[in-house]
Amino acid sequence: MSDAEQPTDDHVPGDDEFEPIQVFPEAEEMDLRPGADNCYKCSTCDTNCPVAEVDDEFPGPKFQGPEQWRLKRQDDQDIDDSVMKCSNCMRCDSACPSEVPLSQMHNTARGEYVEENMSKFSREYVRNRILSNYRRLAPLASAFPRTANFVMGLSVTKWMGEKTLGITSEREFPEFATETFREWWAKRGGNATSKTRAREARVARDAQVENPDKRIAYFHGCYSNYNTPEVAKALVRVYEHFGYEIMVPDQSCSGTPMFANGMLDDARRAAETNVSELRDALEDGADIVASCSSCSMSLRQEYPELFDFEGTEDVASNTWDAVEYLRVHEDLEAELEGTSVEDEEFAYHAPCHSRNQGLDGQTIEVVDAIDGIEAHDVGDSCSGISGTYGWKEEHYETSMKIGEEMFEHMDDAPAETGLTECPTCSMQMEHGTGYEIKHTLEVLEAALVGTDRGADGRRHQEAG
Amino acid sequence: MAIEDDVLVIGGGLAGVTAALAAAEQSGRVRLVTYKQSTLRHASGLIDVLGYTPDGAGPLVDPFDALEALPEGHPYERVGVEAVREALAFFDEIAGNAYSGSHTDANALVPTHGGTVKPTARYPVSTAAGLASDPQETLLVGFETLPDFEAPLAAAHLEAAGAPFSARGVTLSFPGIARDDAKVTRYAHLLDHDESVATKAGEIGAREALAAAVEPHLENESRVGFPAILGDDRADEVRADLVAALGADVFEIPMGPPSLPGMRLEDLLYRALEDAGVRVTSGVPVIEYETHADDGDRIDHVVVDRNGTEIPYRADQYVLATGGLVGKGVRSERERVFEPIFNCHVSHATDRYDWFVEDVFGDQPYARFGLAPDRDLRPLGADGEPEFSNLRAAGAVLGGYDFAAEKSGAGVSLATGYVAGTRAGEEGER
Repeated sequence: MSDAEQPTDDHVPGDDEFEPIQVFPEAEEMDLRPGADNCYKCSTCDTNCPVAEVDDEFPGPKFQGPEQWRLKRQDDQDIDDSVMKCSNCMRCDSACPSEVPLSQMHNTARGEYVEENMSKFSREYVRNRILSNYRRLAPLASAFPRTANFVMGLSVTKWMGEKTLGITSEREFPEFATETFREWWAKRGGNATSKTRAREARVARDAQVENPDKRIAYFHGCYSNYNTPEVAKALVRVYEHFGYEIMVPDQSCSGTPMFANGMLDDARRAAETNVSELRDALEDGADIVASCSSCSMSLRQEYPELFDFEGTEDVASNTWDAVEYLRVHEDLEAELEGTSVEDEEFAYHAPCHSRNQGLDGQTIEVVDAIDGIEAHDVGDSCSGISGTYGWKEEHYETSMKIGEEMFEHMDDAPAETGLTECPTCSMQMEHGTGYEIKHTLEVLEAALVGTDRGADGRRHQEAG
Repeated sequence: MAIEDDVLVIGGGLAGVTAALAAAEQSGRVRLVTYKQSTLRHASGLIDVLGYTPDGAGPLVDPFDALEALPEGHPYERVGVEAVREALAFFDEIAGNAYSGSHTDANALVPTHGGTVKPTARYPVSTAAGLASDPQETLLVGFETLPDFEAPLAAAHLEAAGAPFSARGVTLSFPGIARDDAKVTRYAHLLDHDESVATKAGEIGAREALAAAVEPHLENESRVGFPAILGDDRADEVRADLVAALGADVFEIPMGPPSLPGMRLEDLLYRALEDAGVRVTSGVPVIEYETHADDGDRIDHVVVDRNGTEIPYRADQYVLATGGLVGKGVRSERERVFEPIFNCHVSHATDRYDWFVEDVFGDQPYARFGLAPDRDLRPLGADGEPEFSNLRAAGAVLGGYDFAAEKSGAGVSLATGYVAGTRAGEEGER
């Protein structure tokens, strides 16, 4: 990325005539420059930073971004180690009235810090590498899910994890499903079955005028594959209900945990796989749909900010949140009007990465149309876990302090079940309140398809 | 398919929220779309109507006296004085006990962090005990780690400005804050949650620790002014605890951005939106629009950009409340000043050297840049005709007034937001 290139965040409507001025022609490497000059130090970003609000040591997003870049212009200046305290919630992005691409600067700074200032033999590096590469360990654990769940649940494992790696022993490791989503998908007959079901659904809906090539490529992400396949299955059933044929391309981790840990090389490798697979899916006429708000955020915003593989922009601009896609391409609310389910109340938390995509009001709007469902928004606080952040021994306390407001609001809401679209937010919600947590897609599935799943089998019950 | 509503308000500041709430009163389905967080977070939280006339006369005792005489084209002149009163009453209804000042037409004088006084029509209850018209002796407390407020200097300024009371300032260290550049939200969080902090007397709650730090400095003053950092969600509770512990009235002095009173006002307004059933979409910009296939003067839908994906939002009526040059509802380049979404006409000199005058505090032409509306708040094109039949504009995107010099920003946003929203709501039934 050239130094003077316009930052991707700076979406100035109507400025197509932007003419870049080459200020530092010698700079070929990506650095912290993009957009830094737009910062006029109003500090609004700092008031949105959940970490700065509870941690007196953290200097905040304004320092991590534009101020640090200016310091960095001095040759002998290293990236400040406080950048590792940023949780990558990306709230500062939408806070900034001046379109400074803060999270892009933080990701870049973190990458440089890890590359140049962190020992590759340090406990922290090894731990962060393990946490951010959860995707690589998950297949092994899910090959022996019961054993893995048993071992991970042992207090001795947790004690070892904290002592040797700095992974907090306060948390319960998420359970691995006994059957991954992809195993279920293959067993169900993969794309071919989906095609048949989609066609049947279109006939049943008497949708003669609809496009027979309704097709989506599902980016399920790691968590709904290995840990909560019920969410992925709900997406499949809801989309097939609308007559969509679903493809499940090969995929790697979205990269979110890697960005948050400064592992940009790992993230680059994962992104390259994803972009190339998803680009192929686009060529097959599919739109890309994700069920995890951090995965969609990554594909849509972080990829084009940090990488430029062929097709990165195409993938970004054709990736959708699963619910929003249906709202725009189908009349989702009309479809839900008149559906009813057994009475249930939810405490809904909008994940930061939904909020940043303008999707924070969506779940409440959509489920309002279903009879029997009442969803209460628990407010705009951050859950505090931010992916791998809350798993680190040194950040656990901060993470819980940030989450306190959400826990209180969940307790106050007249509901005993939580609702959110982010897997790690749901871990935090469960950890802080003991509530069972569901995904919006599961609620839609119950309303549109029902919970009697016939041939697909009932929701998987964890044995262990 | 587009996402469909009766009224779509673009912009999430005071004008946009007021417009959305006013439209919702007319019982349509209303949506508010906002890009970046609104500049309410920069705002003092004070609701000014008119502190000075466009000629610089003031501070005005009664803003309503002066409203009649405003020049043609001023937003207040466009909507009329009655609408200003209605809009204030509408705000009072929303703000409930959180704001004071509705008992009188007269402006209140609120001390600012620089030690000047600002004429304002409505003020947060947290500032009520600090009014400059009240002759109580005053102690101002500043903090070493909060350089934006220099209490002894502010006290000296207040006295020099002729305040009818004696004022004294002290600078203390805030219990539990070590960072030089701690965020204002950090102070507020400490007090909201009454976190324990280390003091000479051992670990005690932050509220008690703060009162204990101030207490020895209190002589015969009957009220104490703090910079506006006394809590966020539980500000009333924090203030009540300090009052009890100090045995004196406690008030907040509005601060520069980022401002907690601005954030509290934002929270209050967004709660009102939720209660009114207004749907809010935030974090994404509206980038363009399409007109009706068979009526080029009518907006059919606007396009929201979600990181490159273009999503249509359709409504019957639209309100543009995207702010001025700071909020970026009006933008400038080297050759032009423009409104970026609908490309509505913004009148300005062709030579950019005529956009400003040499005297920094002079009557700056750029301060008045913005859209010129008709009396129904429809933006007018260069030909004097409405740009679109179903678009109205409100707040700082409008031109013809200098809110910084007049101290009229919040009042104009309320009045124009209220009128634009009400009209849009009346017409926006599907």
